[in-house]
Amino acid sequence: MDGAPVGRRVFLGLLGVGAAGILWGSNAQRWLERQVGPYLAKDGTGLSGLLPIGRFRIYSVTGSMPHRGHDEYRLHVGGLVDQPLTLSYQDLRTMPPTGLTRDFQCVTGWRVFDVKWRGVRLADVLDRAGVQPAAKALRFRSFDGTYAESLTLKQARRDDVLVAYELEGEELSDAHGGPVRLYVAPMYGYKSIKWLDRIDATDEVVPGYWENRGYDVNGWVGRSNNRDDNAT
Amino acid sequence: MIPRFDRVERVAHWTTAGLLGVLMVTGAVLYAGPFSAMFGRRELFRQVHVYAGILLPVPVLVGLAGRWGAQLRRDVGRINRWTRDDARWFRRRNRVRAGRLDTGKFNAGQKLSATFFAGAIVVMLATGLILRWPNPFSDDWRTGATFVHDWFAFGIWIAVLGHIFFAIRDPVALGGMTRGEVTPYWARTERPAWYREMTGEGRDRPVGHAGLE
Repeated sequence: MDGAPVGRRVFLGLLGVGAAGILWGSNAQRWLERQVGPYLAKDGTGLSGLLPIGRFRIYSVTGSMPHRGHDEYRLHVGGLVDQPLTLSYQDLRTMPPTGLTRDFQCVTGWRVFDVKWRGVRLADVLDRAGVQPAAKALRFRSFDGTYAESLTLKQARRDDVLVAYELEGEELSDAHGGPVRLYVAPMYGYKSIKWLDRIDATDEVVPGYWENRGYDVNGWVGRSNNRDDNAT
Repeated sequence: MIPRFDRVERVAHWTTAGLLGVLMVTGAVLYAGPFSAMFGRRELFRQVHVYAGILLPVPVLVGLAGRWGAQLRRDVGRINRWTRDDARWFRRRNRVRAGRLDTGKFNAGQKLSATFFAGAIVVMLATGLILRWPNPFSDDWRTGATFVHDWFAFGIWIAVLGHIFFAIRDPVALGGMTRGEVTPYWARTERPAWYREMTGEGRDRPVGHAGLE
């Protein structure tokens, strides 16, 4: 046949680009997150939010996006506690706030660098309710009606576990689990239950939604789920 | 009428197109915040995306593999080979000048797009498999695979939209892929070298070609 086999060269070239991207793409991604990410964050049009740079992927396990306004929001704390609580959004806002800036790592691979969170320490909430000695763990439930999570009491009392209400200086949106979610900084994103509705102190760990589907109950970043990400 | 794509080629094309459409829609749902917020059934979309992705290369490979694939194999050979007129095609200023080129069964744009789809499908399949079954791979490779999968997806969206745009602009060419045949007039004016090959007519180079040199 006439002509040079340019098609084959282009085809193999694409495979080469793909292979190079697998090998060095994480460096390119890191570079883009650091260099381009800050500019995209300032873009008001929202279009740049579609680019695969420094972005959260929004996951929900139910058919709709849960919504609860600030006025109607209540956080229920119960189970093995001395003083069951029902906290309003305003109650949480009046408790001493804690800010954290940490990378957010998803077990499916994406990572958002230097995410700014604000909320109250879960330990403070637990102290207000007075956890009984028989309690060993916490069970969290979402007002999406389906999602659930768990932590041992020891994990829950860490300084970097928040009941969060702010992300990047703004009130948590519905998509990010607002008005109030859990933020477990040292663990994969699936531990940070969104649309937080109930916290119950339990006498043993009750595996959560994804944990019943194969994820590790103790979801430390880099030390679970057969992954070796850098710790957050 | 002049036969352009046989049944095997058309079935391979349209099943690939259908699978790619499913992949683009489910991929957008999985990827883009506003969409995945609307359709929360992530697990279902993920499964459909994974299985459609694994099936994507099958139609073309089956088409190529058998006794039935002679014409498809020959056309792959045509797409592989680039002539001097293909380089000229990219430098052309308008359609009239393109018509003066001695274009074969595929013009240079079609060759490039077919080649891009072939390469992109292999790359998407490889990176998709890493994303779906990440355990054997390092963190760096998985992040790299996500990076490649994301950006190639943008490329595929652009290429598919362009492909559909050009197909709609040229209904006769589109008919080649729907009904399998094109008009002799279209073949003679748009693909003169292929027209001569199919009919044995007008062995001389098209008028005005020399003016381009």
